[in-house]
Amino acid sequence: MMDVAGEKNIDVAYVAHLARLRLSEEETAVFQKQLEGIVGYVNKVREIDTTGVEPTAHGRSVQNVFREDMAREGLTTEEVLRNAPAQRDGLFVVPKIVE
Amino acid sequence: MTDINTLTVSRAARMLQGGECSSEELVSSLVRLIQERDGQIGAYLHLDEAGALEQARAIDRARAKGNVDPSNLLAGVPIAVKDILNVKGQPCTCASRILRGYVSPYDATDVARLRECGVVLLGRTNMDEFGMGSSTENSAFQVTHNPHSLDRVSGGSSGGSAAAVAADMAIAALGSDTGGSIRQPASFCGCVGMKPSYGRVSRFGLTAFASSLDQVGPITKNVEDAALLLEAISGRDEMDSTSLDLEPPCREGALRRDLKGIRLGLPKEYFVKGMNPEVEAAVKSAASLCSAAGAEIVEVSLPHTEYAIAAYYIIATAEASANLARFDGVRYGFRSDRAEDVLDMYENTRAEGFGPEVKRRIILGTYVLSSGYYEAYYLAAQKARTLIRSDFEKAFKECYALLAPVAPTAAYKIGEKCDDPLEMYLGDALTVPASLAGICGMSIPCGQTTDDLPIGLQILGPAFREENILRVGYAFEEVLERAGKSEGRGV
Repeated sequence: MMDVAGEKNIDVAYVAHLARLRLSEEETAVFQKQLEGIVGYVNKVREIDTTGVEPTAHGRSVQNVFREDMAREGLTTEEVLRNAPAQRDGLFVVPKIVE
Repeated sequence: MTDINTLTVSRAARMLQGGECSSEELVSSLVRLIQERDGQIGAYLHLDEAGALEQARAIDRARAKGNVDPSNLLAGVPIAVKDILNVKGQPCTCASRILRGYVSPYDATDVARLRECGVVLLGRTNMDEFGMGSSTENSAFQVTHNPHSLDRVSGGSSGGSAAAVAADMAIAALGSDTGGSIRQPASFCGCVGMKPSYGRVSRFGLTAFASSLDQVGPITKNVEDAALLLEAISGRDEMDSTSLDLEPPCREGALRRDLKGIRLGLPKEYFVKGMNPEVEAAVKSAASLCSAAGAEIVEVSLPHTEYAIAAYYIIATAEASANLARFDGVRYGFRSDRAEDVLDMYENTRAEGFGPEVKRRIILGTYVLSSGYYEAYYLAAQKARTLIRSDFEKAFKECYALLAPVAPTAAYKIGEKCDDPLEMYLGDALTVPASLAGICGMSIPCGQTTDDLPIGLQILGPAFREENILRVGYAFEEVLERAGKSEGRGV
């Protein structure tokens, strides 16, 4: 499906990389077709005349809400690390980030 | 003797208080039925038999000592919880491989509030992965079959909770609703399901899908039970800044079985082309019954309804793409073995951990927020959201509540819509508008198809007027029962 400018409306391989999702070639092809259809459909929101309409971010508009800035019990380091795939010396272990 | 598995919360409470059964007996009986029947249905992901029995015995002991307040009707009542809410010490997978093995280090606020009432937490129910789906076919672990017809879907995403209640494998359950995930499975399984107004119930400990839409709510066997559970979980929580400090909807006052003099609207845009005629007929006949019981029925228009699906799938996926960024293999859950460097770890963990529907939504959400598209999609959707909300505000100036179908069809066959995600999304057309507007809504059984599949009536009310929909639902239950009796059949 092409959009008004005649371009492919979504480049799934590119967007998947932005979202840190590795897709197989097969998945990319299936999602490309499905998401072109979905993006084509959601284009409907651009048909509405929204001149002078304010955006709604929440069903209920709320102001900033603060709670008192007080120290309180949180989870212990042990509790936080209990679900980690890899940990050592009270830290999360990850593969190398820089050489 | 009554089959105790079929009890409602309020009847279970009377039996527990009267010493006719113990909480331990109730739990044991439910566990037996689950072991016997859930192999075919697949409602539960995790049954906590030992924990539930221990909680039940503790409540029984407290009651024997006179330490249970008689006004607390939830004490000792076994309830199932959707696998998206954290329960301390229990698994919480959101039906995703990426959270396999995760054990919650804390209780969600709603769970903690139920615990304080002495509710027995029976187990965790199946769902579409992270709440993304309308049939519970998107669970990474199992499909939940509809107890009314095992070759059909239970609806979703709270399909496990709805199926557990419908099959008498839980007295009641908690679900969560982002775009219809409580109301639609309740409709498909023939239960009562309530989505509270956005801000009525805390979201702390509810794994986030779309933060501006998500709400936790009850799935029950009747309206009274929905009111009881809503009262227990609602209210301000300082851990969720969007939860509001409001009086809980007054149960005593709300539950009047009376429709006299109230005006109910039928939104004409909700009777869409292609809708199953039996569903349309059941909802219109429900409106006639309300009219005969003294309500005034008027047609109303919600003109921006046709844009709701598009706006919803932009906003919900945008928020999901941000919320699900936390699943990266570092802090919890699954991590891919194929991780040469950190980027590899992120990409492979997410590739192997998420199912296809979650991936599609993350990609769509990332796309609509990406540079150059934000205004065209995300901002346009937020403006459409304003228009959808103001449609409801206008309708509620005239109407006490609205009556509508929950979904265009009853439960469909397993596998029927799996290959076409857009078709699956279009099935949400009648539930997403209320989610976008932040108003409250409830699904309540109103009839059956010729195949004996349940049909739900959706009752929508103004934001924070849950008492309106509870009153209409409570009165309608009785009206429907009387109508069924006069026709000489059970309903």
